[in-house]
Amino acid sequence: MKVSRTLAIPYVVWVLIFTVVPLGLVIGFAFTNPDGKITLENIFEMSDYMAVLFRSILFAIAATVICLIIAFPAAYIISRANAINQSTLIVLLMVPMWINFLLRTYAWMTLLEQNGVINRILGAIGLGPYQLINNSGAVILGMVYNYLPFMILPLYSVMVKIDQSVIEAAQDLGSNKIRLVRKILLPLSMPGISTGVIAVFVPSVSTFVISRMLGGGTNDLIGDIIEMQFSGNSYNPHLGSAMALVLMIIVLFMMSLFNQFGTEEDVAL
Amino acid sequence: MENTIISLRNAVVEYDGEQILKSISLDIIDKQFVTLLGPSGCGKTTTLRIIGGFAEMASGELFFNGVNIKNLPPHKRQVNTVFQKYALFPHLNIYENIAFGLRIQKLPEGEIKTRVEEMLELVNMRGYEKRSINSLSGGQQQRIAIARALVNRPKVLLLDEPLGALDLKLRKDMQIELKRMQQDLEITFIYVTHDQEEALTMSDTVVVMRDGMIQQIGTPQDIYNEPKNAFVADFIGESNIIDGIMRRDFLVEFAGREFVCVDKGFEKDELVDVVIRPEDIKVVSQDKGAIVGVVENVVFKGVHYEITVDALGYKWIIQSTMSEEVGSIIGMNVTPEDIHIMHKSEESR
Repeated sequence: MKVSRTLAIPYVVWVLIFTVVPLGLVIGFAFTNPDGKITLENIFEMSDYMAVLFRSILFAIAATVICLIIAFPAAYIISRANAINQSTLIVLLMVPMWINFLLRTYAWMTLLEQNGVINRILGAIGLGPYQLINNSGAVILGMVYNYLPFMILPLYSVMVKIDQSVIEAAQDLGSNKIRLVRKILLPLSMPGISTGVIAVFVPSVSTFVISRMLGGGTNDLIGDIIEMQFSGNSYNPHLGSAMALVLMIIVLFMMSLFNQFGTEEDVAL
Repeated sequence: MENTIISLRNAVVEYDGEQILKSISLDIIDKQFVTLLGPSGCGKTTTLRIIGGFAEMASGELFFNGVNIKNLPPHKRQVNTVFQKYALFPHLNIYENIAFGLRIQKLPEGEIKTRVEEMLELVNMRGYEKRSINSLSGGQQQRIAIARALVNRPKVLLLDEPLGALDLKLRKDMQIELKRMQQDLEITFIYVTHDQEEALTMSDTVVVMRDGMIQQIGTPQDIYNEPKNAFVADFIGESNIIDGIMRRDFLVEFAGREFVCVDKGFEKDELVDVVIRPEDIKVVSQDKGAIVGVVENVVFKGVHYEITVDALGYKWIIQSTMSEEVGSIIGMNVTPEDIHIMHKSEESR
């Protein structure tokens, strides 16, 4: 008992320095003005950005749902492959993650541009050019592309533990494919789904790189606005902190709602 | 009138270029307890999976009541399976596990309740409805797996070594219970096991398999008393298998002398396998024995002693209620009816 407590000290120190203290600073900035007076005006000023906040949440939900739709069958297929194919597929999934995030997003720019690879290929067969970049679709695509592995990996790690004979038993008892997914795979994958949803939704709702590079300045997200308060012309760390705080509370609220839904699902089934 | 309910014709199964089943044909009689028996890797589980719809044949046909169901997916077949590892649904309680198949059929709630309770009664698990499956012992989980399969009232129940993970006492009890259920419900059971005693205890028909081929099909008595080849003889209980020469009908030579036997129809001087059950060898005094040897080893087995005797280059295994002294010289006798002559086949040795 004592040894394990001693071992916990570095972690406690880490959390204090890099989580508790910064959180205190954010709260402190959010409720003060540049003169150091306590105020709620930063929170009220947020109302100017409600549209951006709403858009951020909407985009993040869209990206999360798309990731889930792609990841669920993908993770299932990987989990049913033989051991060698499983590790190969997982490595292939991880390889893009080892390449710099900015570089990957730049690559999408060269693909989607007006004179980009896709439009040139389409042009060669007499189609286009299409407006593929600087719109909301491109931003959501960027989110899905970058965060998809965060959905596949937790789903895979849950699904790989589902015994093949459980799936066969469900088929044996009369489940077609749809019922197999609804009655067996979905409920048994719930822990992976909730982990994956959080792992995709949280970075999506707060990203600013993807929206800036693929959104063309017309699809700013709350992350862009927050970033501008710290490094842009409209330098205002007090407003930026207030936004970050509000965003955090909204995310926490949504996650707790989702988890509530997830556990209820478990009990009901 | 005996009806064939399942008929497998020339079933071939290949995996990674290797033949797991080498053209198997098998008729399952309705309402019988049929056991597929053989060592691991003999293809018995694969045969069961073909019938369940979980394994695909490279070639061959599968008929159910005369209808070819080769391409029918598992969920449309009128068979249910009890899986080796129980395969209960971990997110459902016992009631919902058993009700699973009925809910898919969209039966009214009242009927589901009646039938689930009927099944819990059948497997002696009344009052466990709301329990989670993780709170059950292995034997109890097995009972729920059986109930979950039987609640759908399948025409045929497939059981894949369902008692393999249970301890000996529990296994014996369950063997009797399974047989009782099969007789009460009057449905066909196809049971896979590698345990010959289990097969003999429960079955109406035993199918002995080896290396993807059927060695013998028959009643437990047939299989035990009249094994078709040395492999079957050896697999079904212990046997002494000795090389012999068939001199003529009803006369066989082995262990250096000639014996009268009850087998005929072999070629003159054909090389044969002579199979003698350990319990069929009588220990007599040295001067009265047809074969004389030295006692090498005596093991107490409870009901009998197992005595190993070295004679004429063979280790003879004898089961006797009397112990013999190690190192003593004894005589052995065997009656003509207990000498079983079998064709030598390159497969069986």
